[in-house]
Amino acid sequence: MMDAPKIVTTRPLLIARNVSKAYGDVQALSDVSATVYPGEVLGIVGESGSGKSTFLRSLNLEETPDTGSYTLDLPDVQGNLFDLDRYARRMLCATKIGIVYQNPHLGLLMKHSSSGNVAERLLVAGERRFSVLRDKARDALDASEFPLERMDAPPIELSGGMQQRVQLAKAIALEPALLLLDEPTTGLDVSVQALVLDTLKKLQQERKITMVIVSHDLGVIRTLSDRVMVMRRGKVVEQGLADQVFQDPQHAYTQQLVHAKL
Amino acid sequence: MTVLDVRSLTKGFTMHHLGTQMGAFDDISFSLNAGEFLLLKGRNGAGKSTLLRTLYRSYLSQSGEVLFHSQHGVIDLARAADVDVTYLRRTEIGFVTQFLTARPRVSAEALVAEPLRLAGQTAEVALEQARHWLGAFGVKQELWAAYPTTFSGGEQQKVNLARTLILPQKLLLLDEPTASLDVAARAALVKRLAELKAQGTAMIGVFHHPGDVAELIDREIDLTPDAKPKEDREDVAI
Ligand SMILES: Nc1ncnc2c1ncn2[C@@H]1O[C@H](COP(=O)(O)OP(=O)(O)O)[C@@H](O)[C@H]1O
Ligand SMILES: Nc1ncnc2c1ncn2[C@@H]1O[C@H](COP(=O)(O)OP(=O)(O)O)[C@@H](O)[C@H]1O
Ligand SMILES: [Mg+2]
Ligand SMILES: [Mg+2]
Repeated sequence: MMDAPKIVTTRPLLIARNVSKAYGDVQALSDVSATVYPGEVLGIVGESGSGKSTFLRSLNLEETPDTGSYTLDLPDVQGNLFDLDRYARRMLCATKIGIVYQNPHLGLLMKHSSSGNVAERLLVAGERRFSVLRDKARDALDASEFPLERMDAPPIELSGGMQQRVQLAKAIALEPALLLLDEPTTGLDVSVQALVLDTLKKLQQERKITMVIVSHDLGVIRTLSDRVMVMRRGKVVEQGLADQVFQDPQHAYTQQLVHAKL
Repeated sequence: MTVLDVRSLTKGFTMHHLGTQMGAFDDISFSLNAGEFLLLKGRNGAGKSTLLRTLYRSYLSQSGEVLFHSQHGVIDLARAADVDVTYLRRTEIGFVTQFLTARPRVSAEALVAEPLRLAGQTAEVALEQARHWLGAFGVKQELWAAYPTTFSGGEQQKVNLARTLILPQKLLLLDEPTASLDVAARAALVKRLAELKAQGTAMIGVFHHPGDVAELIDREIDLTPDAKPKEDREDVAI
């Protein structure tokens, strides 16, 4: 076990403790705990079915775990967030948390304009002035390196890579305290994957957004993460500094993952 | 003034797929003062890189302590919280390897300026310093604003040196930093190391051509198994 921080006195933004969730007989999460400091990128890696998405949906308050606690150190946000009612959850997610799903259908209205998709999120958070909506939507799309001449096209007419950029713009438009990414590049062509990763890296570097990113792809996790958590069958098998987990994996499962990739 | 106090540090690798354990080094102890330069020697595979990486916490040790005397007090790097290690890597501990971690669409000068900006320098001062060091290590001016992802190995290494040596650190780890360098860049490196040493940076290094840094070396440790009786392994005067 590592010691508690002695030098860094900043409080963690996110603390999740002993989160467990079963679907019938399937134990999707068993006692998963994670701590994320402001500006950090936590990468969660593991093969398909290991519980990564369930954990991320829990952090986005879409899922109510059976047990466990989840706190965010933000003004006006108190207590175990899993205890919030639906309305309070929706307000919190609308204003503080952004999410990008692997499947754009989960995150976007496919037949509305791309700029409208981004503006809609600002509307939900209470912005009503048309010019502000349009400007902020444009800025977010631009930061996501979406080609602005296409901002009025509906996602359904766009490529997979562009759809992910619209999701990303929607997620960052409100400058969320926490950005969650669930396999944001999975399923894209390799060359497009690299471009989307570039954008994420750039955003992370320039805005220092606190992120939790989930992927079965070690390359993606390695590119973006400061710290890495390895999951298997709903459990955390190993976690540590990204370079340590990749260069000197301790657990048999992590070694297998890392060696398979090399 | 002590900077690092390594006590009985032991490192091995467990290879689960083979069901085997392999020792890398065993029961290493030494301490290092500000401004001291320690040369790590040993044949290929003796564990030199492993020791440096274990000190930097890229590798996890089995037992022992790595007591680093930081500005915030003494902290055992072998057990310190990840956030503390990340913080110290940004502020007090540098690691010069043979490889630059280039980032897409980040220019050479921006990459070199970054440590200064993170340390609170203004963008202008950081950029000016970055250009100074790129020049000092012999990176052609035409390349300063270009992306190092496309540079040659030698050019990348010069950018790497500029970036890792721009900000004086309390402790500097060096793993064969001269491997892909031309003579002029090697001389620039030695000059910078001498300057940092004079300012109090403690250094532990592995060098392809130890002759390059002969003037800087205070002590040596030979990691070759049974190279010397253990009692004599530390504090070997040259
Ligand atoms: N809504 C659900 N209903 C039933 N089972 C689910 C549901 N969501 C996930 N699971 C199951 O929980 C386990 C973990 O799934 P998931 O979190 O999607 O893993 P990952 O994202 O790592 O691939 C899997 O066995 C999956 O089939
Ligand atoms: N990440 C690792 N996993 C397993 N074995 C390793 C790892 N890193 C180094 N080793 C082994 O440790 C021994 C020492 O290697 P190294 O420290 O690179 O030697 P040197 O730098 O002195 O040439 C070698 O046998 C090497 O194969
Ligand atoms: Mg999933
Ligand atoms: Mg080596």
